[in-house]
Amino acid sequence: MTKRVLLIEDEANIAEAIRFLLTRDGWQVRVLGQGAAALATVAEYGPDLVILDLMLPDMSGLDILTALRAGAATATLPVLMLTAKGQGRDREAALRAGVSAFMTKPFANAEIRAAVRELLGG
Amino acid sequence: MQLSALTGSRLRSARVALGLRQGDLAQRAGISASYLNLIEHNRRRVDGAVLQRLADALGQPAASFHDGVSGALLDDLRAAAAGSGAAIGAVSDSQPEPARAEDFAHRFPGWALLLADLHRQNAGLVRNLAALNDRMTQDPHLSASLHEVISAVASLRSTSAILVETDDLEPEWRARFYANLAQDSDRLAAGARALVGYLDGFGQADSPGIAAPQDEVEAWMAALDWNLAGRAGIAVTKDELPSAAARKMAQDWLDLAASDARALPEPDFGAAMAAFGPDPVQIAARLGAKALAACRHIAMTNSGVGLVMCDASGTLTLRKPIDGFALPRFGAACPLWPLYTAMSRPMTPIEAVIETPGPSPRRFVARAFCEPSHPGGFHGPELRTAAMLIFPDSAGRGVAQPVGSTCRTCPRTGCPARREPSIITG
Repeated sequence: MTKRVLLIEDEANIAEAIRFLLTRDGWQVRVLGQGAAALATVAEYGPDLVILDLMLPDMSGLDILTALRAGAATATLPVLMLTAKGQGRDREAALRAGVSAFMTKPFANAEIRAAVRELLGG
Repeated sequence: MQLSALTGSRLRSARVALGLRQGDLAQRAGISASYLNLIEHNRRRVDGAVLQRLADALGQPAASFHDGVSGALLDDLRAAAAGSGAAIGAVSDSQPEPARAEDFAHRFPGWALLLADLHRQNAGLVRNLAALNDRMTQDPHLSASLHEVISAVASLRSTSAILVETDDLEPEWRARFYANLAQDSDRLAAGARALVGYLDGFGQADSPGIAAPQDEVEAWMAALDWNLAGRAGIAVTKDELPSAAARKMAQDWLDLAASDARALPEPDFGAAMAAFGPDPVQIAARLGAKALAACRHIAMTNSGVGLVMCDASGTLTLRKPIDGFALPRFGAACPLWPLYTAMSRPMTPIEAVIETPGPSPRRFVARAFCEPSHPGGFHGPELRTAAMLIFPDSAGRGVAQPVGSTCRTCPRTGCPARREPSIITG
């Protein structure tokens, strides 16, 4: 069965590029442009991996990550955090909140494809 | 003890203030009138014994005629010594000697002033750097601009790589990615322009200057000879005060000074000063004004009166200096100042004779008063403002309370109010 990736990213062009890359690699990808519906979408879509932007227009990616880790069904769900901020404190905050991997924009396409492969065990 | 070329002038001023003739003072001091005349015109140096007799005859401490290196200069030199220790220690075993600051200033007054000036400039630069650092790391506008640029770059990088590396890209996808490239290029250009414009603004008038706003405002007030009431009705310009914060503070002070002048009009104010001297409580009572207004107005209209004001946190909100009484440029002041006694006892006049530290102590009268206010009525907080007038103790009355400027530069060992070690006594 094709593994599912939920991409929560408000930058439409970045989301489109990532969706294209991951789809070509054989993953099933759904894109969400805001954070508000993240938890409901995770529950409904059942992704094997969440790619989560740190700075969303309506809420922080860290809050979503924290909520995911607090839920029994999603406590161990792999989460790859994307951010335009490469500062150490953001990385530390994401690690404390239980992120699986962390990637700073701008990233190389090969990097994100490799990270997804690793997190999905592919 | 070295004496100033102006020691004679100071003696002459004191004699005239007491209404004494040269002959009278000379007789009391046991010297000839002609010798006193030479001394008063600074044409003869006066030795310790004669100076002491003259001072006794004038009822003032001899120290008040000494060439005291200004307390502010000594504070700057000591602070410079404290701040440079680590840097010097890296290249030399020698360290500055804060205890010899006064000796240094006497022997090399020009170098001392230069060193103090460089220290002030350095402190200003450090403060400016901290402000810029805060702005770089915490300014939401800058953060948003950078985020916009990085997002556009991230999209461009991924999209262009897809176009270059994907040989079998479908025409539909190719068209979409080209459109995205054009869109992100525009976005990047706009973001970069916004960022450059913003960074250029760092050097403009509203960016943090070398001095803190309060320092700017006080320097501006000093340039006006503290005659704020005379400046009423004229807007403060950017040429006068570069930072918007300083202009706002200056305008608030101008409004306050104008209000004080209305509450304490001439000639009634002058008559009250003649009757009571610099007594803000009595003057305020006679003219139906507030004592704090009288404190400010007395200080702003009399060059020989210093003023410090603070809020309930103890932070000095105004420092009008007076010769011989050093005011802290940074950090908190001496907790023994009557200003803080007044803060704890609102609406109670607090008076004390205070004495500065050092080999040439000076005595001053301090009159402090604190007024609470309730701008939010029953549902708001109580605010407190205290003011302390400082003027020379010409009457030489009673026992003086030893005080300092701030613990860091105060040499008084064993002071029960000390909150940190002195850089002078170690």
